[in-house]
Amino acid sequence: MEHESLGFIFLNACIINNFVLSYFLGICPFLGVSGKLDTAWHMGLATAFVMLVSSLCAFAINTLLVQFELEYLRLICYIAVIASAVQLVEMVMKKFSPALFRALGIFLPLITTNCAILGLALFQTFREYSFLQSLVYSLGAGTGFTLAIVLMAGLRERLALAQVPTVSQGAALSLMLAGLLSLGFMGFAGLGG
Amino acid sequence: MAADPKARQPVTMDTFLDGVWRENPVFVMLLGMCPVLAVTNSVANAIAMGLATTFVLLCSSALVSLLRNAIPKQVRIATYIVIIATFVTVVDYVIQAISLDLYNALGAFIQLIVVNCIILGRAEAYASRHRITASLVNSLGMGAGFSLALLCLGSVRELLGNGTLLGVAVFGERFQPWSIMILPPGGFFVLGAWLLLFAWLKERKARATQKGERIHGT
Repeated sequence: MEHESLGFIFLNACIINNFVLSYFLGICPFLGVSGKLDTAWHMGLATAFVMLVSSLCAFAINTLLVQFELEYLRLICYIAVIASAVQLVEMVMKKFSPALFRALGIFLPLITTNCAILGLALFQTFREYSFLQSLVYSLGAGTGFTLAIVLMAGLRERLALAQVPTVSQGAALSLMLAGLLSLGFMGFAGLGG
Repeated sequence: MAADPKARQPVTMDTFLDGVWRENPVFVMLLGMCPVLAVTNSVANAIAMGLATTFVLLCSSALVSLLRNAIPKQVRIATYIVIIATFVTVVDYVIQAISLDLYNALGAFIQLIVVNCIILGRAEAYASRHRITASLVNSLGMGAGFSLALLCLGSVRELLGNGTLLGVAVFGERFQPWSIMILPPGGFFVLGAWLLLFAWLKERKARATQKGERIHGT
């Protein structure tokens, strides 16, 4: 996979194969935290940051594991790395930017169980990306996640004002909306060849 | 935690049925949505994913339940995650050995069972407070409920999107498949439709009981 250009990797992770809308990763925060535009925006940024950190850590760990032929430990190591990365981000943020820390609140620790992050680490391993490619890939995935959750939140804020049958309120309507959004993103398929 | 009165509760049919129907992890609690949407483009994938998740759920619940007095409270989540990751690694290698096609079709989603909230939720909310038999029965119910949901989605999506069921053509030659159903948007639409159906049934039932009460009240 050496031939993939960095620009294409970014575009691919961000728009063409958006993590939320075409890989179905990170659906829980996508449906759970997209009620308000403001929180959605913060959640997207925090997730993108954790993605970046854990992707770099995962790259380092994988290089180490391959060297010692311990690939079967990959999954356990990755999940441990992600959990500690989230913890680290939490501590750093608490020290340097208490305001942002308070704004994110409970969402930060919950990022650990966001499958988009483990998915990102696994995908970059399967595709044998180099260090720079992994970096760009994680940036693209983070941007894509933020984009999807912000779009969804914007739509749901408008939808809150609409009159819908009581039966369809809640999760069912959100899913239909996500389906339409995903349909829109399918139009990007084929972009970049 | 051993003194928890709940640990003494007898195991009844409800312990099993809760997971299948009343607390169905997908349709009622909306947990573990990622695999539900991602691997249900055919019935075969849905069944494989359901079985794999049920296996991990059973094994990790049993182990957590056995070790519930030995695990310190502060590090319990980390311990659960490691236990779950171990069993997922086992499943990953077993599927790779049995059928490489299936392994490629499911892709990273087998390894992503680790972050399925249903499993961690069961470990935290049930297995760590109950005896091994109760935990096993409960997680078997949850696994069955999860597999049922996957099957519901998988069959609708394969039937509409491909015109087949388990690879066997159901409709005649002239059926035009709705390919959108096996593509990503189809997953959202079909799950949304199932949720609508359940919400509608629930409301109808609620209205019927209300009417019944009114008749009896007068």
